[in-house]
Amino acid sequence: MENKGENILLDIENLKVIYKTDLETVEAVNDVSLAVRRGRTLGLVGETGAGKTTTALSILRLLPSTTGRILSGKIEFNGEDLLKIDENMMRVIRGNRIAMVFQDPMTSLNPVMTVGDQIAEAIELHNGKMPKEEIDRRVENILQMVGIIPQRRFEYPHQFSGGMKQRVVIAIALSCEPELLIADEPTTALDVTIQAQVLNMIKELRDRLGTAMLLITHDLGIVAQICDDVAVMYAGEVIESGSVEDVFTGDARHPYTAGLFNSLPDLHSQAKRLKPIPGLMPDPSNLPPGCVFAPRCESRMDACEAHRPKTVQRGSHRLRCHLFGAGQAPAVGGQGR
Amino acid sequence: MAFEGSSMQKGKTEITFKKQGQAREIWRRFKKSKGAVIGLVMLVAMLAVILLADVIAPYSLATKQNLSQKLAPPSSGHIFGCDAYGRDLFARVLHGGRTSLSIAVIATMTSCLLGSILGAVAGYFGKAVDSVIMRALDIFMSVPDILFTMAVVVALGANFINLLVALTLAYFTNYVRLVRSQVLNLSELEYVEAARAGGAGSARIIATHIIPNAMGVIIVNTTLNVAKIILYESTLSFLGLGMPPPAPEWGLMLSEARSFLRTSPHLLIFPAAAIVLSACSVNLIGDGLRDALDPHLKS
Ligand SMILES: Nc1ncnc2c1ncn2[C@@H]1O[C@H](COP(=O)(O)OP(=O)(O)OP(=O)(O)O)[C@@H](O)[C@H]1O
Ligand SMILES: [Mg+2]
Repeated sequence: MENKGENILLDIENLKVIYKTDLETVEAVNDVSLAVRRGRTLGLVGETGAGKTTTALSILRLLPSTTGRILSGKIEFNGEDLLKIDENMMRVIRGNRIAMVFQDPMTSLNPVMTVGDQIAEAIELHNGKMPKEEIDRRVENILQMVGIIPQRRFEYPHQFSGGMKQRVVIAIALSCEPELLIADEPTTALDVTIQAQVLNMIKELRDRLGTAMLLITHDLGIVAQICDDVAVMYAGEVIESGSVEDVFTGDARHPYTAGLFNSLPDLHSQAKRLKPIPGLMPDPSNLPPGCVFAPRCESRMDACEAHRPKTVQRGSHRLRCHLFGAGQAPAVGGQGR
Repeated sequence: MAFEGSSMQKGKTEITFKKQGQAREIWRRFKKSKGAVIGLVMLVAMLAVILLADVIAPYSLATKQNLSQKLAPPSSGHIFGCDAYGRDLFARVLHGGRTSLSIAVIATMTSCLLGSILGAVAGYFGKAVDSVIMRALDIFMSVPDILFTMAVVVALGANFINLLVALTLAYFTNYVRLVRSQVLNLSELEYVEAARAGGAGSARIIATHIIPNAMGVIIVNTTLNVAKIILYESTLSFLGLGMPPPAPEWGLMLSEARSFLRTSPHLLIFPAAAIVLSACSVNLIGDGLRDALDPHLKS
């Protein structure tokens, strides 16, 4: 960790986020560390409730103000800690340097504004002095870029199909050419054929614009297709992370990740029986004292229920599991991630 | 559909047409509703007649007493007849409309504006801001409207401006609650969250995303309120708290008419018809406008 390179765009360290309500305290994100490299894509995977969205919202400091709270940690963007800057500075970053695409395109667009106006609005917000014609031109360009004919900018969101809407949402997110795009399950709400189209488009645009991306998904197939790095989250913790090769084909694998792979239908090898991971994720308002995955783990040892494992680093591969305990880890932290 | 080459070529003209478009589009949808058009025609006609009141019948006619014409029924000389002081009823309805309608419209707008701003602020910022505004509102609302208005008018005196103040204070509370609840609902929606993620500030989000989406509900309420305020204003005049006589005013005319209900119903019928017509037309327009503002209904 000491010598992380210049090429890290977003660096989250030991982030801890809770949701505090009158009834309970949900420990949604626990000691999470992640890094997105410049121009690269990090896939954040994990089942529902793992804390993926919470992590993403923390980056933009958009947690619900009444309940969500960041307890500790650092979120460095270009070396600047986003948790320390004031709200006005943050507003300049949002949309302009870090943009976000939400899960559901059906509700992410304002129903009473034309699509073009919504894109123009996003551009205008961060380019106050840009003349009207220039904005109009950019709106048309960006629509073309996401595969919508520019004339349709005068239409309202309800005149668009789901896939088209998500294209518009992506157009809005990319309209200011952000350095980092956070996409929170951008294709989950779409049907399968459209998913592939939209995903390919995201991939293409990312490559064309050189945008770094944090792609949240629960689909390992998508990760394999378009990510450079992966982090696997479970019950608020990153239990394994590394490059796609590390995680998909590396020699060490966290039992949870192994479970995820086993529960994946594999079309290429002969049909093995799907093996879903037994049990449920622990209640985040009442986490077990040891490893969070221990209650469901097939390789569980005594140590697992007693104390929480530390992160073990093997090159760029990081694992949080007692199986890969201190003895086998390299003595000094590896060369970045 | 629009993928054919022809529409690509038409692009240019289409763009210029649509640029002026938003308002025109709303107008096009508005025209589709028969009721709304009837309402609009009625209102425009009434406004025209009222605005031209001085040309049609000079103000002096409305106040000049002529006891020989006392309670005269409608005739060719006085088409609406005359009141108990022999004043021409037609002139009084016309000139009364000026006061009544302008008070109703202005008071509706001011109360809507004041209430909407407070409601939006309370709903959007929540927490302490919300508590302060809503508790203050509770105090306001614990005093009955009529008592409150009476207090203001009695304390400040009955004239146009004070009447406006009184009516605004009596009616803005509805808007605070209405707009607050709308804002609370709308703030939950993903496009507001998305706008925030895009770097939009609170004022901008309220102005471009929340208010326009709450507009339908606000407009319907506003138009309902114009009618209510005309009637409420009549109540005030009836209680002797409206515009001071001899200034003509619809509510005042109703109150004067009550002693002659049996013998000279025309004293009641004409001002009452004016109130009903204006209330109706405004409501019809409101309905049409609500539909026109909703792009989903566009066809
Ligand atoms: N506003 C909130 N108040 C209280 N708890 C919350 C709130 N939002 C999320 N949580 C809880 O925090 C945990 C993490 O939620 P989060 O939305 O980050 O999960 P996720 O990984 O994005 O899941 P999904 O794949 O379903 O989107 C969950 O247990 C959830 O119940
Ligand atoms: Mg989520």
